[in-house]
Amino acid sequence: MADVIEVGAARGDAPPPAGRTRRRGATERGHRATPYLFLAPYLVLFLVFGLAPILFGIWISLHQWDLQLPNRPFIGLENYRDLFSSDSADYADWWSSVRATAIFTVLSVPLLVVVPLGLALLLNEKFPGRTFFRAAFFAPYVLGVAVIGLLWRFLLDANLGLVNRLLGAVGLPADTPWVTDVPWAWVSLVGVTVWWTCGFNAVIYLAGLQDIPAELYEAARVDGATAWDRFRHVTLPGLRPVLLFVLTTTILASANVFGQSFLITQGAPGEQTRTVVWRIVDEGLRNYDVGQASAMSVLFALLLAVVSIVNFRLFRYRED
Amino acid sequence: MIQNEMSRRRLLGLGVGLGAAATLTLAGCGGGSSTKGSTAAGNGGKDYTGPKVDLKLWNGFTGGDGDIFKKLVEQFNSEHQNIAVSVITYEWQDYYSKLPGAVTSGNGPDIAVMHMDQLATFAARGVITELDDVAKALELSEGDFAPTVWKGGIYHDKRYGIPLDMHPMGFYYNKAVMQKAGLDPNKPPATKDEYTAALTELKKSGVQGFWVSPFQFTGGMTFYSLLHQWGGTLFDGEVAKATFNSDPAVEACTWLVDMIKQGFSPANVGQDADYLALKSGKNAFNFNGIWQINDLKKSPQVQWGVAPLPQIGSQKATWANSHNFTIVKQRSADNNKVSGAKVFINWLSQHSLDWAKGGQIPARKEVREGAEFKALPEISALAPELEYAAFPPASPGLGEVMTTFYNSFNEAALGKKSPKQALDDGVNKANKQLEDNRKKYGS
Repeated sequence: MADVIEVGAARGDAPPPAGRTRRRGATERGHRATPYLFLAPYLVLFLVFGLAPILFGIWISLHQWDLQLPNRPFIGLENYRDLFSSDSADYADWWSSVRATAIFTVLSVPLLVVVPLGLALLLNEKFPGRTFFRAAFFAPYVLGVAVIGLLWRFLLDANLGLVNRLLGAVGLPADTPWVTDVPWAWVSLVGVTVWWTCGFNAVIYLAGLQDIPAELYEAARVDGATAWDRFRHVTLPGLRPVLLFVLTTTILASANVFGQSFLITQGAPGEQTRTVVWRIVDEGLRNYDVGQASAMSVLFALLLAVVSIVNFRLFRYRED
Repeated sequence: MIQNEMSRRRLLGLGVGLGAAATLTLAGCGGGSSTKGSTAAGNGGKDYTGPKVDLKLWNGFTGGDGDIFKKLVEQFNSEHQNIAVSVITYEWQDYYSKLPGAVTSGNGPDIAVMHMDQLATFAARGVITELDDVAKALELSEGDFAPTVWKGGIYHDKRYGIPLDMHPMGFYYNKAVMQKAGLDPNKPPATKDEYTAALTELKKSGVQGFWVSPFQFTGGMTFYSLLHQWGGTLFDGEVAKATFNSDPAVEACTWLVDMIKQGFSPANVGQDADYLALKSGKNAFNFNGIWQINDLKKSPQVQWGVAPLPQIGSQKATWANSHNFTIVKQRSADNNKVSGAKVFINWLSQHSLDWAKGGQIPARKEVREGAEFKALPEISALAPELEYAAFPPASPGLGEVMTTFYNSFNEAALGKKSPKQALDDGVNKANKQLEDNRKKYGS
């Protein structure tokens, strides 16, 4: 603001009274344009790589759009109607994949929000070997989904895998179908995902914890607050923005689950663990029915938008 | 394991069937005409005398076969001064999703290796060009190949693929496990009675001898084979209706599911666990692709053998597929490139014995019947299967339907539904998909 006025002032060569009004006009114009100029580089990127593809995707979803066929007729909302009418070939697959994604999200998000928080609280304490443990918990996150997928597929194999063998060794049932039957498949997928990604959320929590002023804890201690009191009245409020961030990104990440079920359960049994993103990839990149895949994407994005809005509302409500 | 994984992925394209490819800017115009008897397009691959051409060839040979393939191409390049072929390799799964985009943007290959069941889809989309003149110039006819392989390259009465090889399923057996159960390791069971008798013996010695995988690799493909052994088919003659819930199909499926119920196979077999169990001596028998031969050869401690699939049903049959050479249509047709490509296809077809060493059965009968091929014992052991191999039908957009087929077997094998129920549900869905395909491809 001050900069803008100075720029205007430096340029002003007219007599003071008239200049003043003119300068104010220039200032206001500058004021209006400046944020956009600062935004411009990102705005261009957003328009080209964000908004335009979204609009193009919506446009595609209104067509029978196949990458290689010459005719891409406009069919209005038919792709969407297919997803809602039970006599279409896509209906059952689509809703079963939505169901699978919902189950995974509902099961995994609470764990992925709470477990890393506990982990971060522990790793924030001062004890020997702290750095080693921080690295150890974060380590799985650097592995690609292909690596963890193959690894766990063999560990969890019902008949050959190490997990069942270890369970058997301690006298527990050794024939649990970890990757081929529900609900076990869900336990496996959620468990593997928590093991794989909890380090990431923990690191974010750790950063948040370190932002909470130590004086607050000292003051609380002086006032005689127990560890639980300190957690409730100092740590949690201090972490609120971090919590909202972690919750939102975790919901979105969990809703986008694909690689784990693709590699570990292969959708089994039947297609019960086949997720929405997998379904979209299949439709668009394997069957080349890009129109239908776009309609699925748009619908899925809307569903996630609703979930995110609800999520923000709930947090705001708690703040009040 | 990695080898097995690669091989499996390598073949994943087949059944999962990744739809097809590329732009149709050429569909109605030049592409076809360049190959129809025009002198500029060469003489169907006998020779090429024009200016030097650079050809791009795409394939998905990522396993041990990839090295052999590259060596063959190097040999071709050194023998042809005016044709330079460069090889680009992707995993099959990536391959079929990359190809359409590449061709649309004009960066596609000139020659593409393609599975037989993809040919119709790519042909219907106008991505690949007709090769009748190559077949004619090469004096190739049905008699030179197994009839099913030869016919598989035809779509709407025109030839689109020159078959390079064929890969059926084989019957792998672990000799050490058989011996332990008192079975003759040199006489693998060949009939239904022998098979169940052997399994009973194995069970007595505490071995579940035949692990039924619920997944496409390999239980689904085993079911595919047995369904044909019982005399069933996956689809009707026009590929308009799915028929894999017919009585023979239900019987074949029930027989496999009963393997689990009777305790010859464990329940809930994971992906690849059947094959790993064979290798580690936990089961005795596995129906698996010919591509596992090279993998097993790398494990000298495993005593194994391979034979044609036993006849469990009323006739012999096995799942099989085939790699084919195709020529990709370009945005601007270059007749020199097309004739160069034909020379290459011709040359490689004649060298398919060398290719057989990569672990596939050569498509050409003369090569298959030659002494040199017979000197490759494991691979030639499976050659007789080609007379009765059940190749997937030539119909565009079939990949998705095949996934439905394999998924319905998955549900039956995992005990989620009865065989009849699972197959009925699958057929219902498959019929809707086939109808969608008809609308989309117009036939």
